[in-house]
Amino acid sequence: MKILNIIEAAYRGTIEEQDDTILWLTTIMKGAGGDFTVLVRGNAINHCVTSQDCSGLSFGGWEQMQPPRLASDTATLIDKGVEIHYVAEDAAERGLRPGDMVPGVKPISRDAVADLCNAHDQVWHW
Amino acid sequence: MAERKTLTFAVMDPPFETARSTTLLRLLDIAVRRGHNINVFAYEGAVYLPFALQKAHPNPAHGRNAEEENHVLTKDLIAAVMATAERAGTKFDWVNCGMCVDERGADQAIPGVRRGSPADLLKMAQESDNTLVIGTR
Amino acid sequence: MSHYLLIESRDPFDSPDTGFVHDLSRKLVEGGHEVTVFLVQNGVLPARPCIHSAALTSLAQAGVKILADDFSLRERGIAASSLIQGVRAAALDVVIDGMAGGAKLIWH
Repeated sequence: MKILNIIEAAYRGTIEEQDDTILWLTTIMKGAGGDFTVLVRGNAINHCVTSQDCSGLSFGGWEQMQPPRLASDTATLIDKGVEIHYVAEDAAERGLRPGDMVPGVKPISRDAVADLCNAHDQVWHW
Repeated sequence: MAERKTLTFAVMDPPFETARSTTLLRLLDIAVRRGHNINVFAYEGAVYLPFALQKAHPNPAHGRNAEEENHVLTKDLIAAVMATAERAGTKFDWVNCGMCVDERGADQAIPGVRRGSPADLLKMAQESDNTLVIGTR
Repeated sequence: MSHYLLIESRDPFDSPDTGFVHDLSRKLVEGGHEVTVFLVQNGVLPARPCIHSAALTSLAQAGVKILADDFSLRERGIAASSLIQGVRAAALDVVIDGMAGGAKLIWH
């Protein structure tokens, strides 16, 4: 069963979770043998930007040692064999260029999202 | 009665915060009354939906005591739907994502809820007829 | 060809992203698929005659079946008889029946 995971929400609890929880979920399910493709759309495309840095937060004496590294996690998921697409128009509208993004993420046009849905047995929009 | 199917739901929202948790519970109630087998994978805040320590309270804005207010507690709604499934002889499997439970301290769930992992969601989805994911915002 | 059941819980007053469901629905219908958009929660708000109704009516005219959860309508004081052209009230059971019938579901 081929599943398309669509990620749209950006920076939702990512500091506290130390992950994008849907990227994380996909990573674990891929490891369990799932067949996934990821489509990143809307603001979540910013998770693929290589220049992100949220390190250095501290609260009283507590320092965050493992901040989320969303670009790196995206690259890792690609290395595990998951295709990650992003909606090109959403990126352009947000002032993002292909060179800003993690190598290996693939742009698709908004018009092609329907074809991507058709190519999968189920579509999970998180 | 419709042909019995196995349906999986993945949900993320905690109780009392959005309309999505209510719609989920409505869907589960309908699905169970239709005679379908149900799987639920509760991710993130949704692990609080079957939290056993939810407590009813009075409503001073309306002058109602706790009994009169009869406040919705999602744990009770889930237990009632589970009971309906049991009477119908259909399956109702609710899995709380274990790490989500740990970080939230939500480890006291009502009977019938089990702890699991994303591998359970994958297995549920693979072994059921259809899956609906209700994401959060 | 597939049957798609897109469940729209968001409304255009609060979310600029309702266009995603509109665009995807149109594209799927153009591709020959059967598409139902089921409005639920605040997603039913544009089913009352308002500034955003035309987009929904246009979607219906494009061949998308648009249903609105009867409970969500009643909750918001929207009479089924007052719905805009192209939208009709339906029970949430439609979602379960769609799941059981093998529709591809997308919650938005």
